[in-house]
Amino acid sequence: MSQSLIGRIIGPRVSTEDLTQHELRYRAPSFLLLIARVLILVSLFLPYWHMVLVAPQYPDNLQLTAHVNQLSGDVAEIDSLNHYIGMRPLEEAAQFERSVGVYILILLVIMLEFAAWIHSRWAVLLVLPAVFFPAIFLLDLHLWMSHFGQNLDPDAPLSNSIEPFVPPILGTGMVGQFKTIATPGIGLLLSALASVVIIVALFFHRRAYRPLVAANNGE
Amino acid sequence: MRKQKRIGIGLSALALVACIGSASTAASAQSISDVQRIAKERGLSTADLLAAAKTLTPSGMKDEYIIFSSGGHSGQVFVIGVPSMRLLRSIAVFTPEPWQGWGYGVGNEILEQGYVNDKANLWGDTHHPALSETKGDYDGQWLFINDKINARVAVIDLRDFETKQIIKNPLTVSDHGGTFVTPNTEYVIEGGQYAVPWGAEYAPISDYKEKYKGSITMWKFDRKKGRIDKDRSFAIELPPYWQDIADAGKGVSDGYMFVNSINTELATGGIENKNPPFEAGASMNATDYLHIIDWRKAEKIYQSGKVEIIQGFPVITLETAIAEGLLYLTPEPRSPHGVDVAPKGDFIVVSGKLDPHVTIYSFQKIMDAIANKTFSGKDEFGISVLDFDSVVEAQVEVGLGPLHTQFGPDGYAYTSLFLDSAVARWTLGGSYGKGTPEPDWTLVHKTPVQYNVGHIGVAEGDTVSPDGKYLISFNKWSVDRFFPTGPLLPQNFQLLDISNQGADMPVIYDMPIGVGEPHYAQIIKADKLNPWSVYPEIGWDPQTQAVDPWAPRRKMERVERKDDGTVEIYMTAIRSHFNPEHINIKQGDKVVWRITNIERAVDATHGLAIPQYNINLSLEPGETAKFEFIADVPGVFPFYCSEFCSALHLEMVGYLMVEPTE
Repeated sequence: MSQSLIGRIIGPRVSTEDLTQHELRYRAPSFLLLIARVLILVSLFLPYWHMVLVAPQYPDNLQLTAHVNQLSGDVAEIDSLNHYIGMRPLEEAAQFERSVGVYILILLVIMLEFAAWIHSRWAVLLVLPAVFFPAIFLLDLHLWMSHFGQNLDPDAPLSNSIEPFVPPILGTGMVGQFKTIATPGIGLLLSALASVVIIVALFFHRRAYRPLVAANNGE
Repeated sequence: MRKQKRIGIGLSALALVACIGSASTAASAQSISDVQRIAKERGLSTADLLAAAKTLTPSGMKDEYIIFSSGGHSGQVFVIGVPSMRLLRSIAVFTPEPWQGWGYGVGNEILEQGYVNDKANLWGDTHHPALSETKGDYDGQWLFINDKINARVAVIDLRDFETKQIIKNPLTVSDHGGTFVTPNTEYVIEGGQYAVPWGAEYAPISDYKEKYKGSITMWKFDRKKGRIDKDRSFAIELPPYWQDIADAGKGVSDGYMFVNSINTELATGGIENKNPPFEAGASMNATDYLHIIDWRKAEKIYQSGKVEIIQGFPVITLETAIAEGLLYLTPEPRSPHGVDVAPKGDFIVVSGKLDPHVTIYSFQKIMDAIANKTFSGKDEFGISVLDFDSVVEAQVEVGLGPLHTQFGPDGYAYTSLFLDSAVARWTLGGSYGKGTPEPDWTLVHKTPVQYNVGHIGVAEGDTVSPDGKYLISFNKWSVDRFFPTGPLLPQNFQLLDISNQGADMPVIYDMPIGVGEPHYAQIIKADKLNPWSVYPEIGWDPQTQAVDPWAPRRKMERVERKDDGTVEIYMTAIRSHFNPEHINIKQGDKVVWRITNIERAVDATHGLAIPQYNINLSLEPGETAKFEFIADVPGVFPFYCSEFCSALHLEMVGYLMVEPTE
């Protein structure tokens, strides 16, 4: 039988009878994707990344915290220290990413919503961005850090005391008298957990709908 | 996505000052035998080591109590930690103080409030600090202090430990009976001391009895504004008896206040004319008068308008005070110093310097005597005198030269003995008696102090809930206690451990004070204080405790020349530069210079020191300040940051170029 393009993309529907008989099989992927959506939505409100700067003069340390849409903590103090080595103000970094971060996460959630309704292999395309989101976040962070750390103002007061540097985005490093300790925030962990849940959901999705798709295609 | 990044950071490496140290502890094998060896080498006894263990405050450990001490002639307040007895800082009040910039660009307007008849009086003789109270207990919000030499009172905000107001008493020249607060800081009490005609206007001393006046002033404190409200304050006229220390009633005696006097003889001196000198003339009578004043009734009289306006200030006259029954006297041992109200407000302890007893009055008996008119007569101004025997609860012989009394939590009272050079512990009776193993109204112990103690302070020892634990003896002389710094020697603050009962109250620390002669001090639990670590917002004006809309801000730095020849400078300071760095003006310009420290880091204070023009500011993080001067001297003047701020502190400099105008 011939199917429309849309029909092919959204894949076969499950009959009421089948659904009643194998409820768990069909509900499992939808449920897991729902969990992933919740995790990602919750992560919107939680910090994605922390850096603690440890130096003798700062008994309480300096803190930097990143959410998907903002940078907080001792930003002013860190900027004022950074000016000595000619680093640009933190506020100038990832402005675009911060401005669209929330919308992107919401878009990811919507895509997961659609994915739950699509019973063909096209569902994979809709969930992949969410799966890779945590990695993309860290990669973007690393690129910005490299960009800032490698492009210091040569006319800064201490430009000849500090070599250009790239602090680790996770783990510890040293810059001047500061030890830097970067750790993932709970938002990033939730987002990563969502990635794992999505992959598991894909497994169940395939198990549930692949036979239907095969049957539809007359195999 | 995301965020930011960065990191970066850091650095500064240098920028920060140095740091730290911890030092201490070498970790290696230390044992108690090392302690013993060093104690032996240094000649330290077990008691010494114990005292050290009670007071040593290693790096980073915080003090349990904070002393706010009068700074004596320094015109400042000293802030000291207990038990470490480390001077934490001074607070500039009546006297210019360069470190805080006080009078050198900041605080000038407040110092000017303290000018006397428009004449600069730039020192103060600070005597008695008073912490603000709520329900008779320190609340840690405000501090008041008097200046004896010119009868002034200052208000200090304990959010930033900075003076906010100085108010000059219009009626009198000197004060000693201040500052004391009523239990909810409704009023700050200031008793005048040496009698003068109202407003110190001239009258021959032969007119002493008729023209010379005593007074007590009730300064209304407006907690919301953080200022004394002169328009809601008033004074009560008293005989020229040289009123001395005062104390507000509390608990059962809330609404009353008690004031000593030392010259009920009305002595007028004149040793050069073979008259008895003041020291003899004012000490002839066996007793002076304790003044008992119903200040709540006085407040109502004032509010009802039954006052005379004298020197522009409302005064309840002696005649009105007597007629309204708000003022009574009772005899007290002569030449008294302290009058101190017990924690529940039920007893009032007075010591006559020349009598070896403390005399304890019962507030209930005083009330009964007033109600029953148990008077022994009237004084020569017509004030009823309550019969001594009918108002006294007890007398305790404590020793020679008793001055001031403070209280512990358990029924002990402590009195300084100037002549004995000791601190006496004695027991209260009444409902306090159960707290101590010794019988009521008994001397328990005297601990010698070095030397000549004036006031004493017990932790929260003049509140409704004294803490005990520590007593500090504010000694006037140190004689042989420290390295002799020439003939002028420091005073000696001695810390006593009073946490145990009976005769166990040893001296455990000596702290020299080499910057003025403090008098009284109050000791507050450190956790009642909640000072700011930086000003709440950038552009903060400490004088208004609000953001100044004119405060220079980042990226708005500029120099503006006005048509009238005024040059307005809007400058920011941050590690490690001023902006702008070049100020080009012309000789004769009037300069209005505003500067904001735009730092947010704790302790990132910057100074602004300008040569030739006598300017040095301390700008704490967030603080903004404005000062003005006429650039009348041409030349080139490098101005710089005078508070070491960073590795590039020396480079934090700018040039003020004043171009000559021929």
